[in-house]
Amino acid sequence: MQLAKHDIIQQLQREALSMQRHKGISGQRLHKGLGDIDNAFPEHTFPLGAVHEFISANKENAAATNGFMAGLVGQLMQKSKLALWISAKRTIYPPALKMFGIAPERIVFVDLCKQKEVLWAIEEALKCNVLSVVIGELSELSFTESRRLQLAVEQSRVTGLIHRYTPRTENTVACVTRWKIAQLASETNGLPGVGFPKWNVELLKVRNGRPGTWQIEWSKGGFKEITPQTFSISENLTRKTG
Amino acid sequence: MAKRFIAIWFRHLTTDRIVRSKPELKDVPFVLTASERGRMVITAANLAAQQKGINVNMVVADCRAIYPTLQVFDDKPGQAEKLLNALAEWCMRYTPVAAVDLPDGLILDVSGCAHLWGGERPYLKDIITKLRGYGYDVRAAIADTIGTAWAISRFGLVSPIVEPCNQMEVLLPLPPAALRLDPLILERLDKLGLHHIGSFINMPRKALRRRFGQTLLSRLEQALGLEYEALQPIQPIEPYQERLPSLEPIRTATGIEIALKQLLEKLCLRLAKENKGVRKCVFKCYRVDGNVQQIEIGTNQSSRNVKHLFKLFELKIGAIAPALGIEVFTIDAPIVEDISVTQDALWDFTEGGNGTAIAELLDRIAGKLGEGTIRRYLPDEHYWPERSMKIAASLAEKPETGWRTDMPRPINLLPQPETIEVTVPMPDYPPMLFNYKGVLHTVKKADGPERIEQEWWLEHGLYRDYYCIEDEKGVRYWLFRLGSYDSGEPKWFIHGFFA
Repeated sequence: MQLAKHDIIQQLQREALSMQRHKGISGQRLHKGLGDIDNAFPEHTFPLGAVHEFISANKENAAATNGFMAGLVGQLMQKSKLALWISAKRTIYPPALKMFGIAPERIVFVDLCKQKEVLWAIEEALKCNVLSVVIGELSELSFTESRRLQLAVEQSRVTGLIHRYTPRTENTVACVTRWKIAQLASETNGLPGVGFPKWNVELLKVRNGRPGTWQIEWSKGGFKEITPQTFSISENLTRKTG
Repeated sequence: MAKRFIAIWFRHLTTDRIVRSKPELKDVPFVLTASERGRMVITAANLAAQQKGINVNMVVADCRAIYPTLQVFDDKPGQAEKLLNALAEWCMRYTPVAAVDLPDGLILDVSGCAHLWGGERPYLKDIITKLRGYGYDVRAAIADTIGTAWAISRFGLVSPIVEPCNQMEVLLPLPPAALRLDPLILERLDKLGLHHIGSFINMPRKALRRRFGQTLLSRLEQALGLEYEALQPIQPIEPYQERLPSLEPIRTATGIEIALKQLLEKLCLRLAKENKGVRKCVFKCYRVDGNVQQIEIGTNQSSRNVKHLFKLFELKIGAIAPALGIEVFTIDAPIVEDISVTQDALWDFTEGGNGTAIAELLDRIAGKLGEGTIRRYLPDEHYWPERSMKIAASLAEKPETGWRTDMPRPINLLPQPETIEVTVPMPDYPPMLFNYKGVLHTVKKADGPERIEQEWWLEHGLYRDYYCIEDEKGVRYWLFRLGSYDSGEPKWFIHGFFA
């Protein structure tokens, strides 16, 4: 009886998902996955063929966001060999992308001036089903505009990553997720120097999933979960009272 | 490949043409004349007339005295040139490079063509017999240079085929006129008793130049193959152009779109036959009031996909002002290229090899937003961070060297390094504190320095000592010190942000 109930719930969830236009691409997953973060997504896999939104509030966070996105793009580009990076004021330094598992010569940068042009180019690129991922850098994105992008990817099954740098408002958009990435002090285990890039990854919104916060490190060409060490006093040091 | 040229000499070009249209004149002496200083002078005489002693540049009245029944026709100016052009076009069946050699010859560049006819002898024979069959009295010769071929065709007595690198030997017994010289120089040579090329070819150049000028020397060198001689081939007029006249003047965008689509279909059909694709395309609209409106597109990769080309044009149709209406539409493809099948294989964008779809997307972006907006980077062998990459010239270009990964590089680089204020222990320690845009950062962790020297062969300047810095919030920066402490206070800069 218990089992049947569980089955029914799962069946209903799947139906609800398909009604909500979440069409998982069968058999397609991220190359290595995101570790523990995967559990936050419906069906435990990063939603491909959808538009994701990243918000960064300052230059420092923008670098962390770019790093996290580059890690994602590196995994997404296992299939196709070319990706588009569309931006108005590009700050990306291509040689550094090699660190995140991307061959920088496989990225085509489109450097534009106006917000409108960026949006048009992103939409056109998202319609091109040969690409697997398109990265767009914007600051403002209205709901209508995001809806257009979402409709485009529903046809073409391209994954879009939209990086919003210092948006005026964090308005509601039609993207499946909203992320905020911030730098954390790197772990060096007492050794001198700077360690691997470490980020505080905040998943603020996710359609049909559970938002959460994680600490992630980029090491050895993949995302690595860091469990924050909770500060606790060992038992023998606590004073016994009473 | 060694060059080979054929020079064809039409001995009676214009008179042969008249015989072709009037066969009854074949054995009748006749001449063509033009008026010169108030008298009629012969410009061309056929073989029969020449046998009677009638030659070019004689006055008609004198010739009539020699041969009273001489037939006289008017010479149309420009007739020879027109005829030679037509003949050169006819010669395109033998070689793609045919040029007119006024007043009475053709020059063909036949490098690598003769083997298709089974050797040079049958090739030359085929040309000569065909032309003789049309009624033209021709002589032709084949040689390594234009000059020698010309000389042998006019003055050669032995063989019309000059073996490769044998120009000197065959030129020796020929008269100086074989070198295509001015009559003035020929006269001077004649006066000095130099009746053969062999009698002056070995003279000191200085002396020849002083007496006869540079022309003689350069003609000689051209004939020997020591100096390059350019050929002006007549290109067959074969533009990739389509026209579409309209019954009624067209004024609507829909009408223009239909016309454009039809023209593109026609053009692409022809391109498909020749296995070519468009790199540049111009669509012109001729308005009723005489104004011409035009829009232009370019592609990254040669294309003959109607849909794609139409999409590129569609973005610009708005720029056409039809005013009172458009009468004629034309489409030109000034730049076409072969569509190579191997092109995709060089750089396989995707597993299915769908490079075309991406190229078409980039065309659309370039067409609307400008060619310079699309950039792809390849590694360049420089240590200086700003110079460590170069822009790829085409989508197919592959990196020659690998990307360096041995040193950390920031994911975000500032377009220009920005100055910061620092508190730093001497001499080579990373800063303890730094102030960037009014915010004070305390340095917690640091790596470095990584010294990058200025590439003195490109630019003079101070070296940079780079440090990776992590501040109290965990944000990682790329800072550098310009130069050393020896030369006063070195400046500090921030250059990038690590992920």
